[in-house]
Amino acid sequence: MKHVISAIVENQPGVLAHVAGMFAARGYNIDSLVVGRTEDPALSRMTIVVIGDEQVLEQVRKQLEKVINVVRVRDFMDADYIQRDMMLIRVHVTPEKRPEVLALVEMFRAKAVDICRNSMMVEIAGPEDKIEAFIDLVRPYGIHELARTGIIAMQRGKSKTGSETQNGKA
Amino acid sequence: MTQEQQGGQSADTSGFIGHTGAKIFHQMLLEEGVDIIFGYPGGSVLPIFDELYDTPIQFILTRHEQGACHMADGYARSTGKTGVVLATSGPGATNLVTGLATAMMDSIPMVAFTGQVKSHLIGNDAFQEADTTGITRPVCKHNYLCKDVNDLGRIIKEAFHIASSGRPGPVLVDIPVDITVAKAEKEPDFSMSLPGYKPRGGRGNERQVKLACEAINNAERPVLYVGGGVILSNGSEALRAIAQKGKLPTTTTLLGLGAFDETDPLSLKMLGMHGTAYANHAVQQSDCLVSVGARFDDRVTGDLTKFAPKAKIIHIDIDPASISKTVSVDIPLVGDAKCILEQMLPYIETKERPQWHGQIDEWKKKYPLAYKAEGNIKPQEVIDQLGKMTDHDAIIATGVGQHQMWAAQFYGWTKPRQIQTSGGLGTMGYGVPAAIGAQFGNPDKLVVDIDGDGSFSMTMVEIITAVRYDMPTKFIVLDNDYLGMVRQWQEMFYSRRYSGVAHPCPEFTMIARGYGAQAAKITDRSELADGLNEMINSDGPYVLHVCVEQEENVFPMVAAGKALDDMVMGELI
Repeated sequence: MKHVISAIVENQPGVLAHVAGMFAARGYNIDSLVVGRTEDPALSRMTIVVIGDEQVLEQVRKQLEKVINVVRVRDFMDADYIQRDMMLIRVHVTPEKRPEVLALVEMFRAKAVDICRNSMMVEIAGPEDKIEAFIDLVRPYGIHELARTGIIAMQRGKSKTGSETQNGKA
Repeated sequence: MTQEQQGGQSADTSGFIGHTGAKIFHQMLLEEGVDIIFGYPGGSVLPIFDELYDTPIQFILTRHEQGACHMADGYARSTGKTGVVLATSGPGATNLVTGLATAMMDSIPMVAFTGQVKSHLIGNDAFQEADTTGITRPVCKHNYLCKDVNDLGRIIKEAFHIASSGRPGPVLVDIPVDITVAKAEKEPDFSMSLPGYKPRGGRGNERQVKLACEAINNAERPVLYVGGGVILSNGSEALRAIAQKGKLPTTTTLLGLGAFDETDPLSLKMLGMHGTAYANHAVQQSDCLVSVGARFDDRVTGDLTKFAPKAKIIHIDIDPASISKTVSVDIPLVGDAKCILEQMLPYIETKERPQWHGQIDEWKKKYPLAYKAEGNIKPQEVIDQLGKMTDHDAIIATGVGQHQMWAAQFYGWTKPRQIQTSGGLGTMGYGVPAAIGAQFGNPDKLVVDIDGDGSFSMTMVEIITAVRYDMPTKFIVLDNDYLGMVRQWQEMFYSRRYSGVAHPCPEFTMIARGYGAQAAKITDRSELADGLNEMINSDGPYVLHVCVEQEENVFPMVAAGKALDDMVMGELI
């Protein structure tokens, strides 16, 4: 089962290596890992999708919290949250097929960002299943290239935290 | 390279501006109260060694960086202080890895300093360059690469804090050589702003404490299962108070040996793969198992699915990640072992539980640890006699293998910080340097390394370190000409196909004398008492080479993957 974990980490060299190394050393499977800045220049946010059962998720969370440069860890296990993945995909599109594909683009509220004679690059963002659905639909045309950011996630308004644990460090 | 004029060193840390990195290093070590450094010099730490030229800190030159690391470890375990190691870049740093991993697995406070090539050469495959922080990251609690001399003071302060607080562990600080000669332009930031590090120490949740005590009071067959955490938190006295007040049978892990006096009638001695049968049976029959500062290691639990099946499990640990990692816990208590035990004491009721104690006494009578003092000298009797002759009071180090388990079973542990042994990582070669490190921390105490011929051979070069610095450490080599523990497994599980375990030994006494130590070799039982006596009463370092029964096995034994009470007992138990 996939779980989304969000970790606020100190924006310092070696943090990514530390987190990635911990995952590798303990045999956890990472489905995706996204690192980006936050509103505070001293902190970055890592959004990690891990595969495993609840017990694995709990261990991942606790082990993440033990990494000295990890400030805060949150899993979205029981939380109502928004997740987004973004993709750039270059699809094989001959001029005759353009209207068809553009219709799909429209329907998915995606964007054609580059068109040349035999291909079209589409930008699409949304929850993972939407992205997957789009890929399925354009696959018959032929996919030249595809790049995805991986999931970022954030809890919906009101209570600031999901099952947040802060600094359970030893 | 211009060095600051070296004058009288003092712990004056009022000013860092204008000081070189090397001087700041020295100032910070004095500030942290470091009185001994174990290490080995090299090109990229030359400025640091120059600074140490007339330092009041004792510098111990070992013969190998691994030896330095284990000495710092033995020093830390036996004194409770943070061990300090210093090595050069590249091979100096990589030679520390085993020692760091050993300390990490057993939660030993240590700070390791390594030199690094000049900052601008990092990544260029420079001479004696290694990605030290990359290599040591998984075997350290934390590590730093200092890239600015203005950060060095802060980093060293943080390193000592992280190493010794919460669940302790090794922290490594990698310092490029140009940083050690650069001069600071700013005072270091000592605010200790570590937003990601707030160790759980101190007291446990009061409600959970009451809940735990209630469970213990209501239990008919309670058992305390005690690990190294109790020793690390100096909680032995609190443990004794609880055990005696509640009349709670108490067993310890290998690292917990000495946390509870084995001469106390409540003691079940060690549990686990080579634990006593009565400890293992008690755990399996228990209806309330209280783990204090232990982590349900696979060598303790045996088959997890069959572990303590009837017990409500209470787990006291400083590390939340240890809770429910392998065994699902009913009542977790996060905090410092000593604090929580003290919190619990008033709630613990005195209960007789005659049936439970009767059952345990029966097991103790039925399955005592045993050996037969016949034929060749038995390794167990050497340890048994040593324990009696030293009043169970010596500091003991061990290597890893059969001799380690016999030491655990037969010495008779009475005091915390008495055993120096690599439990988690199982590092052969740990014994010799760890014993010497413990001796440096306890110069007036009797320190004995009980070693096997395999482990001893790995690090015996450090005997010369004991000789050089007048450390009267004793070394007993139980020599069976085999890598005994592996041989035992091959005998039991691989139809006696002894593969790669024959281990013919040199004349250890000649080697020892070559290093300048006293030495004797004994092969017959009639020489044993006198041999031990002479060793104990000798002035300086002493190697006692004891030729023992070659194919003796460690029993009881829980084979890998078996339930804890599914033990191979041997013929004598």
